[in-house]
Amino acid sequence: MNTASAHEAVRCRGLRKRYGDVVAVDGLDLDVHTGECFGLLGPNGAGKTTTIEILEGLIDPDAGAVEVLGRTWQHDGGDLRQRIGVQLQEAQLPPKLTAGEVVRLFRSFYRTGPAPEAVLALVQLDEKRDAWVSRLSGGQRQRLSIACALVGSPDLLFLDEPTTGLDPQSRRSLWELIERFRADGRTVLITTHYMEEAAQLCDRVGIMDRGRIIAVGSPAELIASLGADHVVEFTTNGALTTADLETLPGVRAVREQESRWFLTVREVHAVIPALLELLRARHADLAGLGTHAATLEDVFVSLTGRQLRDE
Amino acid sequence: MSSDSALAQLTLQRVREFAREPEAVFWTFFFPVLIAVALGIAFRGSGEAPVQVAVVDGPGGAALADMLRESGHAEVQLLAERDAADALRRGDVAITLEAAADGSITYRYDRTREDARHARLVVDDVLQRAAGRTDPRAVTDVLITEKGSRYIDFLIPGLIGLNLLSTGLWGVGYTVVKMRMDRLLKRFATTPVRRSDFLLSFMLGRLGFLGFELLLVLGFAWIAFRVPVRGSILTLAFTATLGAFSFTGLGLLVASRAQTTEAVQGWMNLVSVPMWVLSGVFFSASNFPDAMQPFIQALPLTALNNALRAIMLDGASFVGVGGWNAIVAAWGLVCFVTAVRIFRWK
Repeated sequence: MNTASAHEAVRCRGLRKRYGDVVAVDGLDLDVHTGECFGLLGPNGAGKTTTIEILEGLIDPDAGAVEVLGRTWQHDGGDLRQRIGVQLQEAQLPPKLTAGEVVRLFRSFYRTGPAPEAVLALVQLDEKRDAWVSRLSGGQRQRLSIACALVGSPDLLFLDEPTTGLDPQSRRSLWELIERFRADGRTVLITTHYMEEAAQLCDRVGIMDRGRIIAVGSPAELIASLGADHVVEFTTNGALTTADLETLPGVRAVREQESRWFLTVREVHAVIPALLELLRARHADLAGLGTHAATLEDVFVSLTGRQLRDE
Repeated sequence: MSSDSALAQLTLQRVREFAREPEAVFWTFFFPVLIAVALGIAFRGSGEAPVQVAVVDGPGGAALADMLRESGHAEVQLLAERDAADALRRGDVAITLEAAADGSITYRYDRTREDARHARLVVDDVLQRAAGRTDPRAVTDVLITEKGSRYIDFLIPGLIGLNLLSTGLWGVGYTVVKMRMDRLLKRFATTPVRRSDFLLSFMLGRLGFLGFELLLVLGFAWIAFRVPVRGSILTLAFTATLGAFSFTGLGLLVASRAQTTEAVQGWMNLVSVPMWVLSGVFFSASNFPDAMQPFIQALPLTALNNALRAIMLDGASFVGVGGWNAIVAAWGLVCFVTAVRIFRWK
């Protein structure tokens, strides 16, 4: 790698990792610019966690080159650990220590960083200072986990699905926390399978599927790449074909999934009357009709033919 | 060591987690006391226990039974032949006696059972004397009840050693593996914390409770059984600390790579059970064949128990137990250094 990567917080090329027969990461290239919030968006099993754990120095890749903050894990592991902050999926903090004790414990591992009290205040846990970790709510525990990632005053923060399983309010308070960290010009790499989260937090998003990044760009750019702003979805008892629907005015893409039709369209008001006309002509009933503004979810679906979430 | 150093904070974590786990506290402090109470009562040494005998109910059987009862050396049941055989098989009696018409007596017992051999000697002695045997050689029995020579005196140092082993292995090994399963260790692996600090904190954390643990057992043993400490209490404390460090090292080594609590339990059993049996906790290690002695004497628990007994019962000096302490220290050092080398966070 060359010196041109100096302003990249993360740079990797041709990353590969296989577990037995399962290829978790399959030739992945990734650049995260210094100061940006970059999101890896993808369904469960896309390889997000394996990728981020390689970048965190926890897993050795089978092949490929990794540079974090301009350094490599092989040569500068000790220094790198001083400069990154990590929140792991499903890592449990000691249940019988208090929030304050946990932060002080993690603070003791780093050469420099803010006072434990300040970090507790930052994550709004100052009132829970003396509460055992086991008595904290899911959202409070997640904030504490991020507090532990911030005590070393990191240049680069890794967050692996930080809001999974949280209620909407806890999720929003975590987003605010991440945005406050970013405001200091520091870098965040976050994985998520929530498209709202990626759209809300990230300057750029890499859409991941089956161990590869299949599209990169700002949320707005990715949605714009659909060439349409809206999605019309409906169910009908009539026998329609993709070809029938593609002829409707303003339809850019047609997809059928579990007997529900999805039309990616430029203008909703032009499509709906034409669609109703078509159904009437076929003597078909409309069972459910809805429209929404196109999202990263639709981008993922149009790229892979599958939903982002497996529900 | 500043209170903000990683080692100090990790040690505090150890101490806090232990103190906030009531069950761990209970087993560490009261388990040895419970065993001491149970075994102290079982072997309280209030005279010789009578042997358990069954006499077959036949010609002359009742007379035989009375004779034994009067001696005070035997507890006798007069049973039908079949019931007597059952009682022997179940272990309710150590020996059965059957008188024949000609006055001869048949003893039935298992030669490999120590209590059965003992019962035969006692019973035979009573019967032969009653039949008029005179002993040609004069003997005198001097009975020992002196403190420091009873079974409980032998037992207490062994229990202290055993408890140091258990707490080191189970307390440390289990905790480390639990942290690994909770992925807390993986979380630590992303920080700059040194694994030697992490592992050392378990050693230091043990110190916080060792004194209490030791005083509790020794205090109880003195109050309940008057078990003495004849040597220096400092030498005793030093030896116990060395033992605690050594077994903590062993626990860390066992836990250095185990992925599940089941796996680490298997390893801990493999390590500890031979020492429970061989290292002279409940009975002297010298009961084992000479060929095994070099191995047995090299075990850390054997060395620790020997040292603790020598200090408590013989008043041995610091120098006097130096050889044993060296063995204990060597085990601890080798285990700890190996653990630091092969330890994995994940």
